[in-house]
Amino acid sequence: MTLPGLLPELEVIRKDFPILERTLAGGMPLVYLDSANTSQKPQCVIDAMVDHLERHNANVARAMHQLGAESSEAFENARDVVARFIGAPSRDEVIFTKNASEALNLVANTLAWATGDLAIGEGDEVVITEMEHHSNIVPWQLLTERKGATLRWFGLTESGELDLADIDSLITERTKVVSLTWVSNMLGTINPVKEIARRAHEVGAIVVVDASQAAPQLPVDVTEVDADVLVFTGHKVVGPTGIGVLWGKRSLLEQLPPFLGGGEMIETVRMERSTYAGIPHKFEAGTPPIVEAVGLGAALEYLAAIGLDNIHRHEQAITAYALDGLATIPGLRVLGPLDAARRGGAVAFEMDGVHPHDIAQVLDSRGVAVRAGHHCAKPAHARFGVQSSTRMSSYLYTTPAEIDALVEGLEHTRAYFKVG
Amino acid sequence: MNAELDSLYQEIILDHYKNPHHAGLRDPYEAEVHHVNPTCGDEVTLRVHIAEGTVVDVSYDAVGCSISQASASVMTDLVIGKPVDEAMSVHEEFLTLMQGKGTVEPDEDVLEDGIAFAGVAKFPARVKCALLSWMAWKDATARSLEETR
Repeated sequence: MTLPGLLPELEVIRKDFPILERTLAGGMPLVYLDSANTSQKPQCVIDAMVDHLERHNANVARAMHQLGAESSEAFENARDVVARFIGAPSRDEVIFTKNASEALNLVANTLAWATGDLAIGEGDEVVITEMEHHSNIVPWQLLTERKGATLRWFGLTESGELDLADIDSLITERTKVVSLTWVSNMLGTINPVKEIARRAHEVGAIVVVDASQAAPQLPVDVTEVDADVLVFTGHKVVGPTGIGVLWGKRSLLEQLPPFLGGGEMIETVRMERSTYAGIPHKFEAGTPPIVEAVGLGAALEYLAAIGLDNIHRHEQAITAYALDGLATIPGLRVLGPLDAARRGGAVAFEMDGVHPHDIAQVLDSRGVAVRAGHHCAKPAHARFGVQSSTRMSSYLYTTPAEIDALVEGLEHTRAYFKVG
Repeated sequence: MNAELDSLYQEIILDHYKNPHHAGLRDPYEAEVHHVNPTCGDEVTLRVHIAEGTVVDVSYDAVGCSISQASASVMTDLVIGKPVDEAMSVHEEFLTLMQGKGTVEPDEDVLEDGIAFAGVAKFPARVKCALLSWMAWKDATARSLEETR
């Protein structure tokens, strides 16, 4: 079947992802609906990484031989690709990290060490939201606890959107940082990041945007969204694990102190003290994830060639189809917005009488892979009075037939547990 | 296709899940513990009452999947009324079964309804579910003995 908005070359795209051909125990074909957890990888990413390891492997920026030059070029080329992908004004503003968590921790830690204008102390406030992933909660708790500052947050409405009613009393002259997710990994909500950034900038706060769930499915332009810092992880954008991206405005990055000390981040080292490299290398101590950067570059070029607008339309079409299908299951409640136009492709839900673990287990026996648990968003679950949920998440390779398999699997689960 | 699944979800497990034994928190007790499975968020609050070396009561309030709920129910059946030493050896026996990756043949005389969990040992992701309440009981029992020492 086809739906308006689906990627026209869907069958061709699926052939790019070798894992989608896999069968599981019992000969069941894989129905992969866990892409918000990690996305699958196209052949071009796998090939780029293998080719690098087979033909160009060397350390970067410190090997004075041909392979070293090739490896450095491939690594730095990946930085250019990332800069284009997010519309960064300068490639030097793109820093490679281990993942999005490390990128957020880098910002929170260096802010804790910052002096002058950026210093945070008693009376200062950091504002986050109740729908954040733990990785955008805990680093700010650590920062505010260590510095005697106060952590505040936006609450959520019943429909799973940010409650902006008290934005002017929440973001005030005391606010030093506003850190929020663009797209919720649990509720799927797309947040009005630009509107919140405008208010934050009025009071002189730094705006940190967690784009881990946005970068895979929305066109990202750091200037358009008006962020000071934007982070995302490689493995959710069809790239490898082990690499994340921190983009920051040059003026901010230059003002922040170094994060990790070591090779590559220095200008010169004497026993008494050292001076540091300029950005981006100031924040990239040690041998970086080289082949992972090469893989990430290939991944972002792949997504850009398909077009983020097209991927977003596909996700909306699949999400709308999934919401319709889920609505047919008795006793099923979707957590988060019910309008596909206002949300991303991760749909968390509860089903009366069956625990999420048990749902995921029965679905797995039919080859349908979903996530069950709190999805590293315990406060968002607590807000809706649920302890855990089941989450299906689609991506550019998801077909309507796979959504049908999920819905049939859920009906089977109800029958298996004799519900209703 | 569902043979594997049926080995996990034995009828006994589903029965205990629907009608858990000894559920709810009761007095008296010497120790109360709260255990969490951080991967999935399943939680149990559990109380132990021990008198004269015997497990007199185990009461609990648990939120979790069928495996963790049923396991709590079966555990209370197995340990209540037993001398602490004997209950501890049943705990050991259950732990061995769970960590055996499906290779351990359970002893029905010792584990009674607990043998239904033999299939769980083949699903590594679910072993923690089955052990949550047992670990909470062991912890509470140890604290309870400290209290009364």
